[in-house]
Amino acid sequence: MAQANDQGTIEYRVAVREAIGDEMERDPSVVFFGEDVAIAGGVFAVTPGLHERFGERVIDTPISELAMSAGAFGAAVNGLRPIFEIMFADFLLLSMDSLVNQAAKYWYVSNEQGSCPLVVRSAMGAGGNFGAMHSQSPVPWLQGVPGLKVVAPATAGDAYALLRAAIRDDNPVAFLEHKRLYSVKDPVSPVDTLPLGEAAVVREGTDVTLVSISKGVRDCLRAADELAEKGVSAEVVDLRSLRPLDTETVLRSVAKTNRVVMVEEGPLIGGWAANLLGIVAAEGLHDLDDAWLIACPETPIPYSPTLEDAFLPNEGRIVGEVSSRLGLAAEIATGA
Amino acid sequence: MAEKTQATAPGAEIDAVEARDLYRRMRLIRTFEDTVQQQFQKGNVHGTTHLYSGQEASGVGVCSMLREGDKVAGTYRGHGHSIALGVDPQKLMDEMLGRVTGACGGRAGSMNVVDVASGLIGCFGIVGGSIGAATGAALAEKLRGTGNVAVAFFGDGTSNQAYFHESLNWAQVEKLPVVFVCENNLYMEFTPIEDVTAGAIGSRPQAMGIDYRQVDGNDVFAVREAAGEAIEHARSGAGPAFLETMTYRFVGHSRSDPGKYRKPGEMDEWKKRDPLILGRRALEERYGIEAERLDEIDAEVAKQLEEIVERGLAAPFPDPGSDGKEFK
Repeated sequence: MAQANDQGTIEYRVAVREAIGDEMERDPSVVFFGEDVAIAGGVFAVTPGLHERFGERVIDTPISELAMSAGAFGAAVNGLRPIFEIMFADFLLLSMDSLVNQAAKYWYVSNEQGSCPLVVRSAMGAGGNFGAMHSQSPVPWLQGVPGLKVVAPATAGDAYALLRAAIRDDNPVAFLEHKRLYSVKDPVSPVDTLPLGEAAVVREGTDVTLVSISKGVRDCLRAADELAEKGVSAEVVDLRSLRPLDTETVLRSVAKTNRVVMVEEGPLIGGWAANLLGIVAAEGLHDLDDAWLIACPETPIPYSPTLEDAFLPNEGRIVGEVSSRLGLAAEIATGA
Repeated sequence: MAEKTQATAPGAEIDAVEARDLYRRMRLIRTFEDTVQQQFQKGNVHGTTHLYSGQEASGVGVCSMLREGDKVAGTYRGHGHSIALGVDPQKLMDEMLGRVTGACGGRAGSMNVVDVASGLIGCFGIVGGSIGAATGAALAEKLRGTGNVAVAFFGDGTSNQAYFHESLNWAQVEKLPVVFVCENNLYMEFTPIEDVTAGAIGSRPQAMGIDYRQVDGNDVFAVREAAGEAIEHARSGAGPAFLETMTYRFVGHSRSDPGKYRKPGEMDEWKKRDPLILGRRALEERYGIEAERLDEIDAEVAKQLEEIVERGLAAPFPDPGSDGKEFK
């Protein structure tokens, strides 16, 4: 179990580090490699100390994302459990052939002769003015690949338990860490692992269901606090995994609240939220009084702080849209 | 059914029985490929195929120098790599025919065969995939301290892929026990390799300080000797080795290839150096094996393939009702 600080909380980046360290301690077949991860400890300071603890099992690689993902594949089908880090999720594109055509297909195409237990960790997300090529959240690109699990934890505690589960999983997992979450502190996980593919109702409510992943869940929770002051009871569902996708938990929540809004940091077209809303509509239309999406404009992610702030969903927009759709618009306009 | 070639590494010297087995395996690949082509034309093999005909000495020569525990990554032109390594030709044919008895239960087809029991970590449908996969397999062998090597087969066209440059570099930096076998058949698909490649392929591994040798890829004995040295280099911990086997394919790149790009007379010249002709000559000259005995092998292999196809066509197709239900 992860070590808490004096306040009983743990920083997100430390939770990730401890999950890797605890699994490497438990299982000698776990190895970890990536650019600048060993000696330097990672550009987001997630992995300092691991190389000192585990020696040659923690490796600095060249800037070769494709060789890294294929190297992880070859090692995974040959007795190791590699974790590799793609520094920015935008760089995942360079590693995609091996991830999609090799790792994700191996168990099925080999007719289940063998497994491919690898984890690719990557820092995604905007909000830091990194510009169009260092800010994307490539969730739908990965989610559309059968055979590749996709996990995007919202809290430090979940990051710890889900990463340990991902490392133990016998097939490939993409583990996406929002770079705006690395410095947040949350209660330590009470458990060593959480099952992949299970969503969590992280706040109970009766009027509307807010669904999101990763940093978006925290935006939804803050929005729910504000909505509560307006008399709106919002339920918040943290999907945690995008594949397998726990549609049951979402449908159960919608059956209770009859309204759903999905919040995605990414374009509306081709996004995970639109896809999930389609499934909810197909299977739970009779429970729906209202449903909509909050997502980003259909442009690359802009750099300038004013542009990027306007581009991203946030709790203010969630509160505004929920209030408006629930008929509280006048209240907002008058500040009542 | 599977005739696993016994390794004799590091020495390439073998007796007459083993030499005959090398010839039989090359003949098995050729006849297998001819049979796949026939079954394709009959509509029993589906999609597309990339045949290994003409390149048999490369795969057979290299794989005959491997030992139990070594790993191989092949390409979409992988039937030859698979048979050279010892994959059961019945299972391989059944896979081509899309049957549930195939090496991968009919899920893989011609280009993506995996056979864990033989050490075949995969045949890769994307150009260059074998290089990255074998490099990773070699990383595992090194960290586990097994003394095994991993072999990547790939073609000349792959030398222009990111996989090639990234993986060669990383393998050399980490001194991984991997052997890169570039089967240079002079054409990347329909285009002469020199038209699209700056400098010699061999200059690329050499620029990284990787052990390099080029060999006549149609002479199975020459391939064995060079492969033995390359494998020994990798196994010793000295880092990767690169073997370029110069060869020629006697068939189109894939089934849709008309072959109009070949230079006049080129095919005829290479057919004089057919690995099977060179193999027969060497067996007669070096081991005194009579031509009649080799004809017998040819006939035995032909009969073997007839029986394989008969059994394959009688085997059931996979049941779509049960496929993939437990995908996790």
